[in-house]
Amino acid sequence: MSVKTDSGPEAAPRPSLAESRGDRLRRMFSSRIASAVAVLIAALWTIPTAGLFISSLRPEDDIRTTGWWNVFSEPNFTLDTYNYVLYSTSAGGGLIRNLVNTVVITIPGVIIPVVFAAMAAYALSWIDFKGRNTLYIAIFALQVVPIQMALIPLLSFFSKGLAIGDFTIVPAWQLDGVNTIVQVWIAHSIFGLPLAIFLLHNFMRELPGDVMEAARIDGASHSQIFRKVVLPLVTPALASIGIFQFLWVWNDFLVGRTFGGGEATRPLTAVLGDMAGTWGFGWTRLPAAAFIAIIVPLLVFLLLQRYFVRGLLAGSVKG
Amino acid sequence: MSNTRRLMCLAAATSALAIAATACGAPEEEGEGRGEVPDAAQDCANYEQFGSFEGETVSIFGSIRDTEADEMVEAWSYFEECTGVTIEYEGSGEFEADMKVRVDGGNAPSIALFPQPGLMANYADSLVPASDEVSALATEGWSEDWLNYGTIDGTLYAPPNSANAKSFIWYSPSFFSENGYEVPTTWDDLIAVSDQIAADGVMPWCAGFESGGATGWPGTDWIEDIVLREGTDLYDQWANHEIPFNDPQIVAAIEKAGSVVTNEDYIYNGVDTISSTPFQEAGYPILDGNCAMYRMASFYGAMWPADTNVAEDGDVFAFQFPEQNEGDNTMLVGGEFVAAFSDSEATEATRQFLASELYHNARLQTGPWSTAHQGVDPNNATTPINVLATQILTDPSVTVRFDASDIMPGEVGASSFWTGVIQWVDGSKDAQEIADDIENSWPQ
Amino acid sequence: MDISALTARFGLLAVGLAAFAVVMLALYGIAELASRRNRSRLVASVFLFPALLFLGVGLVYPAVRTFVMSFFNGDGTQFIAFDNYAWVFSDDDALQTLVNTALWIVIVPALSTALGLVYAVLIDGRRGERVYKALVFLPMGISFVGASIIWKFVYQYKASGDQLGLLNQLLVWVGLDPVNWLNNFPTNNFLLMVVLVWIEVGFATVVLSAALKGVPTEIIEAARIDGASPAQIFWNVTVPSIRSAIVVVAVTVFIATLKLFDIVRAMTGGHHGTDVLAHNMWDQAFRLGNDGRGATMAVLLFALVIPVVIYQVRNIRRQELEAR
Repeated sequence: MSVKTDSGPEAAPRPSLAESRGDRLRRMFSSRIASAVAVLIAALWTIPTAGLFISSLRPEDDIRTTGWWNVFSEPNFTLDTYNYVLYSTSAGGGLIRNLVNTVVITIPGVIIPVVFAAMAAYALSWIDFKGRNTLYIAIFALQVVPIQMALIPLLSFFSKGLAIGDFTIVPAWQLDGVNTIVQVWIAHSIFGLPLAIFLLHNFMRELPGDVMEAARIDGASHSQIFRKVVLPLVTPALASIGIFQFLWVWNDFLVGRTFGGGEATRPLTAVLGDMAGTWGFGWTRLPAAAFIAIIVPLLVFLLLQRYFVRGLLAGSVKG
Repeated sequence: MSNTRRLMCLAAATSALAIAATACGAPEEEGEGRGEVPDAAQDCANYEQFGSFEGETVSIFGSIRDTEADEMVEAWSYFEECTGVTIEYEGSGEFEADMKVRVDGGNAPSIALFPQPGLMANYADSLVPASDEVSALATEGWSEDWLNYGTIDGTLYAPPNSANAKSFIWYSPSFFSENGYEVPTTWDDLIAVSDQIAADGVMPWCAGFESGGATGWPGTDWIEDIVLREGTDLYDQWANHEIPFNDPQIVAAIEKAGSVVTNEDYIYNGVDTISSTPFQEAGYPILDGNCAMYRMASFYGAMWPADTNVAEDGDVFAFQFPEQNEGDNTMLVGGEFVAAFSDSEATEATRQFLASELYHNARLQTGPWSTAHQGVDPNNATTPINVLATQILTDPSVTVRFDASDIMPGEVGASSFWTGVIQWVDGSKDAQEIADDIENSWPQ
Repeated sequence: MDISALTARFGLLAVGLAAFAVVMLALYGIAELASRRNRSRLVASVFLFPALLFLGVGLVYPAVRTFVMSFFNGDGTQFIAFDNYAWVFSDDDALQTLVNTALWIVIVPALSTALGLVYAVLIDGRRGERVYKALVFLPMGISFVGASIIWKFVYQYKASGDQLGLLNQLLVWVGLDPVNWLNNFPTNNFLLMVVLVWIEVGFATVVLSAALKGVPTEIIEAARIDGASPAQIFWNVTVPSIRSAIVVVAVTVFIATLKLFDIVRAMTGGHHGTDVLAHNMWDQAFRLGNDGRGATMAVLLFALVIPVVIYQVRNIRRQELEAR
């Protein structure tokens, strides 16, 4: 059914933009409902996080015995839990160190895959070679290899190296302590590549072909076109994929704990689950710890929302 | 406020965590039952036997976290100081999975503290057997029952670390004495006193099997306690799958456990709440006189609300699970085993230290803990319940058996057994049905 | 943590970034040399080399290994052909996992996209649109582990006394008995899905809302003048114009749903009939030590994405044709 078929006598085309009174009432009414529904959804989506934030500020005994909404009848707040989880020297606290780890892991964990993906996406969209599309499809499909299944082979590549029989192709990496973070960077880069290449490829394909052609006629090489023409044009996409990868790395639970060198290199999200202690008795610390873990990505996300959306759209709407 | 901390505050504030900057005082460390390393264990002369390993690192991986981890690290801090070994301890809430990834990925820790002997046996090929020195220390320190669980195919790999006494029933001593109830020593007495309490209008039992992803395990302990008291031979056959899980004797034992656990006249709040009541809090109604008894291991002593007096003359205490057969004295136990993946000299020295009386005595005094090491004085334990537990665990006349669900394969002990217990207390399946299900899940 | 620990970490960061810059410069130099000789195959290999190296080591090899492992037994010592696959389709728990996964990959993408679209339409052009959008968008920045903790405070249950979970408190306020939500099969599956929907709706809203702004107002105005009702305009004008954005959202959420592991791990551990493929794969391979079954689950996971890959292939073909 197309729009134009619907012009029976009852729904006579309106001659002007003037509405009848009934129409306006109906519109106002439906707009009221629309407002109500919008507000309802916004509230439903915010309440759980608000509950966590309120819980994180309550004293331990309160968290254990009553629901967070009780603060409205009997307000009782403390920063002790934050203090404990951030600075305590006990194994159940000291998140400040994990926070530093997360920062150190995240920066290269975002830059490396985005740069590599940009290069690959350029080759896949603007350099002619045989098997280009097959390669692209293969990379797209790699998105779904569950990273859990890649943990053991990749870890073994780092810790044992690569050898065929007695012939060593790559020796063991022999990293220890803080330096194992290098392995975490590489692992994050690997796992982030397929999605980044997919999105950037979608974006780059849409660049105007005549601009490329003009540059090529001017005698620019591929690497020059990439640097001077393509990169400036895809900056919003790079930003949005960077944010995507940032969220993924910051929020990662498995990679950091697998490829890091133990307690000293654990990122924030990986320790969240262990915060509650051997018998799960310290769960009252979880709200504060979780809030520390989510506040940075939330802020980054809100501040950079615009870039995120712009890049994502340009890359995806045409897909 | 030290310079370091000030710097950290700065770092925190600049990393967009302004909220943290408002709270940069020294956090108060919780101190319930917390002790110190005994003087003897602070003297470096006592560590000379282990050698000197300046600059070497030993990584230890375990499932122990939080306060317990702190206390354990404290107990070996003088070992590190005096021998120069740096011990990097890492505690994980996903021990089984992390262990698998690391060992298969060629990144095994030097030493792992296995809470399940069954899991440890999976890694036998990668483990380093106990040296003669470690074996000697182990033989001196533990009873044969214990060492059997650290032995794979006749070779000793791992002496124990901590030991938990699991066959305990928590109760309120004052509630019992005021109402003239006797602490039962046989199963029949236990049922008799339960009936009496029920007749007096109080629910005799509390129960709670909820434990997040591991929901159901407290129920497996119940069944294990019963099977163990039917006979240690039966228990061993059952744990090692020499008889099927749905053997009539086992089904009968489950039904016997059910005479308490699934008895509507006994369970506070009703049987249908068991699977959803967290085990950590399930015993609290004892404090309010709402129920009389709660079956839970010795470590439950640390889980009572902060102002509870846990002592024989206090608010709550525990007695040993009653025996079925006259003259038996059995205890269901849990604990960790100290196994090594590295054969470095520093690792060997650390293994010797962890098997020594020096370490066990020190750890006993750094916080609530219990051990089966014969060399310690149980009275050094920091809380009355741990004194009692250590007494029982180090008593050679007590027959100990390890938690069967930790010996069975993971598909059973950490999966179908839990599920079965839940279905059983929820009333969706009876003892025979869950036993059949669990038997079917046993890996071929 | 002291200053040396800080310098060690940030020092590593600086060294790492510097090393990366050197590698990039070297690659750029090689690419430049190759471009001058006008050999596009060589240029392409230089551009693709880092990505392909990483993918080969970190994803292709593990994928092949997983595929092979799925034909072996638990510890990988014995070839058992299709026994693992037979197990998946005969074992009750495994079947339950498949059923759950099927529900997840249908319900979550559909619900997330639909809710996102409705919400985007509702707030389109409304005052405070950015705030509305931000509020729903927030959960996207939260980790699955964090989200699980947040939702525990919604679903938590206590048999007696004060409720800690909001949902049960609401029940108590209206005079009903609290329910043990997460243990309650099959409802618990849907409650876990709610958590993922909660996360993904923001993504859908933002993408679709931006797509809506791209629909030319003239078309809508023309339809309105023709007397089309708002519902007709929505279905016949708006939805077709943003069709491709809707597909992208649905596919992205679909893949995220298929890979979902953390929420189930953190909230129920896959017990009480809530297991899904990605979690069961992990459980089998790592916690229960059965590599073969875990690998089989992974292969099934991969198989479920084949339709999406085919769709993508056709898309590319179409674009190629259009480009010609």
